[in-house]
Amino acid sequence: MRVFDIRKDSLETIRKYENRNEEIEIKGCLGERYIGCAMRNGILHVKGTPGNGLASYLDGGTIYVDGNAQDATADTMNAGLVAVRGSAGDALAYGMRSGRVYVLGDAGYRAGVHMKAYEENRSILVIGGRSGSFLGEYLAGGIIIVLGLGHEGENITGYFCGNGMYAGTIYLRTETTPLNLSDKLIKRSVGDEEKANVLRPILSDFASVFSVSEEECLSGSFMAIEADKAKSYSQLYAAV
Amino acid sequence: MNCRFRIRTYDNCLSCFRCARECSFGAIEVSESKALAFHHERCVDCQRCVSLCPVGAIYITEAENRFRPNSVFAQNDIQEILIQAETGGALLSSMGASGRNVPIYFDKMLLNASQVTNPSIDPLREPMETAVFLGQRPDGIKRDRDGRIVDNLPPHLELKTPIMFSAMSYGAISLNVHKALAAAAEEIGTYWNTGEGGLHESLYRYKKNTIVQVASGRFGVHETYLNSAAAIEIKIGQGAKPGIGGHLTGKKIIGDISKTRMVPEGLDAISPAPHHDIYSIEDLAQLVMSLKEATGYRKPVIVKVAAVHNIAPIASGIARSGADIISIDGYRGGTGAAPKRIRDNVGIPIELAIAAVDQRLREERIRDRVSVIVSGGIRNSSDAVKAIALGADAVSIGTAALCALGCHICASCHTGKCAWGLATQDPELTKRLDPEKGAEKLVNLVSAWTREIKEIMGGMGINSIEALRGNRRALRGVDLNAKELEILGIEYAGE
Amino acid sequence: MKREGEIRISSGCAISGIFCRDGSRITAEAIKKSIAVMHNRSNGLGGGFAGYGIYPQYRDFYALHIFYDSQSSREETERFLDRRFDIINLSKIPVRQTSKISDAPLIWRYFITPLPHLLQDSQLDENEYTSRAMIAINNSIEGAYAVSCGKDMGVFKAVGYPEDVADFYRLEEYEGYSWTAHGRYPTNTPGWWAGSHPFSLLDLTVVHNGEISSYDANRRSVEMYGYSCNLLTDTEVITYILDYLTRKQGLTLREASEVIAAPFWSTIAAKDEDERSRLAYLRKMFSSFLVTGPFSILVGFDGGMMALNDRLKLRSLVAAEKGRTVYFSSEEAAIRAIEENPDKVWAPRGGEAVIVTLDGEKR
Repeated sequence: MRVFDIRKDSLETIRKYENRNEEIEIKGCLGERYIGCAMRNGILHVKGTPGNGLASYLDGGTIYVDGNAQDATADTMNAGLVAVRGSAGDALAYGMRSGRVYVLGDAGYRAGVHMKAYEENRSILVIGGRSGSFLGEYLAGGIIIVLGLGHEGENITGYFCGNGMYAGTIYLRTETTPLNLSDKLIKRSVGDEEKANVLRPILSDFASVFSVSEEECLSGSFMAIEADKAKSYSQLYAAV
Repeated sequence: MNCRFRIRTYDNCLSCFRCARECSFGAIEVSESKALAFHHERCVDCQRCVSLCPVGAIYITEAENRFRPNSVFAQNDIQEILIQAETGGALLSSMGASGRNVPIYFDKMLLNASQVTNPSIDPLREPMETAVFLGQRPDGIKRDRDGRIVDNLPPHLELKTPIMFSAMSYGAISLNVHKALAAAAEEIGTYWNTGEGGLHESLYRYKKNTIVQVASGRFGVHETYLNSAAAIEIKIGQGAKPGIGGHLTGKKIIGDISKTRMVPEGLDAISPAPHHDIYSIEDLAQLVMSLKEATGYRKPVIVKVAAVHNIAPIASGIARSGADIISIDGYRGGTGAAPKRIRDNVGIPIELAIAAVDQRLREERIRDRVSVIVSGGIRNSSDAVKAIALGADAVSIGTAALCALGCHICASCHTGKCAWGLATQDPELTKRLDPEKGAEKLVNLVSAWTREIKEIMGGMGINSIEALRGNRRALRGVDLNAKELEILGIEYAGE
Repeated sequence: MKREGEIRISSGCAISGIFCRDGSRITAEAIKKSIAVMHNRSNGLGGGFAGYGIYPQYRDFYALHIFYDSQSSREETERFLDRRFDIINLSKIPVRQTSKISDAPLIWRYFITPLPHLLQDSQLDENEYTSRAMIAINNSIEGAYAVSCGKDMGVFKAVGYPEDVADFYRLEEYEGYSWTAHGRYPTNTPGWWAGSHPFSLLDLTVVHNGEISSYDANRRSVEMYGYSCNLLTDTEVITYILDYLTRKQGLTLREASEVIAAPFWSTIAAKDEDERSRLAYLRKMFSSFLVTGPFSILVGFDGGMMALNDRLKLRSLVAAEKGRTVYFSSEEAAIRAIEENPDKVWAPRGGEAVIVTLDGEKR
């Protein structure tokens, strides 16, 4: 594994070693932006606190973050895996089209806004802790899972969860209905079959990435939130 | 014979005579030979026949004949002279002003939107608040002994959207219109206003969404009436006829109207020009307080005035009279009947009045003490947004509400022959409006406008209506001179 | 080119704050280091700092920092002050020549106290007396601008990157228990030092990130109560609103935060009855002061600091704690730069103020 100290080696130098299918460690991060931006392959181990725009446009490969990530992580990501052991800031995985984003801790406001799915591409966002408000706003496809580990019995999504989503599914490991849930959404409980077929494969992967208990991630009941197809927005307009 | 409009038909006319049955002005009749006979001179272009023709075979045009053009005397100037020479009468008219050279300032103001430096908001999917509270605010907060804030707010009106219905009296319009307005106001979460003709008993159940009016004629004003409302409005004047009283002829004082107004059948109902118990501003304070006393200080009191030259100091005086809300009706406000010269020449446009009043109340540091409702020519949601950005708390619509019920603004309300069954008491005509369907139309209209207001606010990155109020940087002017910009308190586009 | 106040200039920014609850006084090195991490959130057109507890030897006097365009504006201002205040001490604020900061105005500092008989005649308390004098200087004396006027605190700002501003003012020589910092990214050249942030009135200072959409509604409302928004900036109007709500209306800072970042009606509706009526009251009573659009602010005041986001949390804000010290910043990295291992790191929710005060003080 190639090791760089971002305080000594510039990001420009480090970037030359991306996309060579190599394993790279970047230590000493302190707010440096755009680490792993548009990377296509290889593995990055990020130590410290990387700056905004980490893994934006990520197009393959894997980025592990030891600590916390800041805002706009995995923005418009297209493929690959981003795994943050700590927490992530606001606007996580905005417009993500495919790949996996795992955060073991909490996510800030507006996680998974306008995540998508397209043909075989399906975006997956798993948050181990809690998310801020406006989780999965405008969700257009893919899967968001919030586990609320260690926050059982609490609100785990803030306000206005799933506002304006029109496709995809948000799974919440809780029995508490999110605050201000829009009347254009449908809330349902998740049965054993769906849990086994949809959630287990994802959470098994999530648990192995962070070496946490798969069974704990799957314990308890899940609710799913989806768009109410009967309540489309087009009916709100009248042509002149 | 001289006429303004011509009634015409296409070949596909089925001769079903629906148009003749619909025409309440006698402009379309069926001749003895069972053919349509047109009396073009009686046509007011109300579009009832056009709207209801099953095959679209009828239409109305301007008459081709025209007077010899003259750069000073227009055709209608000459026509009016002819009428007055014939009759010796003052010209009577209805609906809003038609001053030829009075600008519509709403059309000369453009709205802002967010780009880059702050985000716009999608109103369909993100929270967007249009709730408005109208009423007085005390000068300061109070705390109890434990330091908790005590609610010292006087009674308020709570609107889910900043659009309410203007005062239109039972008598000027039909009971079915009142029913539609009341039901719609309840459904929308806003208020309708009885006007000065009292409140029909059957509508007492809409109390929570009703504003009752106390005008100079005091028709139908009694304790139950006052307490069957969420708020009481003292009507000093209206935009279409500032300084002018009202006159509902004895012909219309029949049945329930007589009962509701508490005026004997057949007797004229005269609204004096002023309230004869208000000859000065301190008298207004007395009336405000007596109404509060009569209703146990549980209802806000609105004072409605027409926008006239001194509107800013007048509003300031009202704000200090104990009134909770000021309602200002502009130059273009509608009416069921008004002397034409008054309608077209008295008062000032509502846009200038809002700007002047809001600015004056701020200079006097009392803008937060009262709320301001404005009306008079609000045609659509963008007019409403501009009015609020200039400084209004809410707008009130009369003409637009009637249009939702069918009105095409033929300005013939004063004839009592309204073919749409709105401004009439003829039972054959009033039944043309189904109150339930009417209410649905009104709900649709206000819902659509509210949606548009949210979209406009969202574009500006504003997610609550109070942040739009008086936010004049949301506006820029075009085709306005420096004085107009100064009064409106806005900058020119590009500045 | 129009300068600040003649035109409204929108800007993006970085903010940072450090607060020692145990009252220990630290130099500005840490806050400088923190704000410098976010260099690329500013564009060199404005930086500034506010420090509290920095003038212990003069803690009973109003510390006045003033920019002058000319000696004549200084003379006029000093005559103005001399008629109303006892001037205990006056001096130029020491600066370090640096190539990165240019076009500096004359920068003076005064420690003053109201003349007792005039204060008594005015029937005002000394805060109101002093704040009116400051507003009068800014409004009426050409070429003079009072930057800050609180006790035992001061604002240091300039056109430049914040770290260069710190060097220019030799901030490493000051020690305080509370520091805030601002790096500015205005959308056009302000070219005027007074337009930089923090903005301040009495002991209140505000640094702000974002551009609010309610600006003119808020400005026109607060101007009703004797304030004059000369700079046309969000920071200025937010400062005045907070001063009005807390000092003149007697709201607590938390209540003031519930006015400017009021919860949505739907959120209020879900609260228990007491809380519902309290929050609804604040929204109705002070509806003119709801601030919409993106903002994150740090408010410094005598003995405390408040961090607040707009109710949608459209700007980022991170908080951290280590022992009795609390950190706030636009980015977590700016905290980690000065405290590698905080006990706790969290992102305050939108509209939910974090208020910290000196141990033993209540606010």
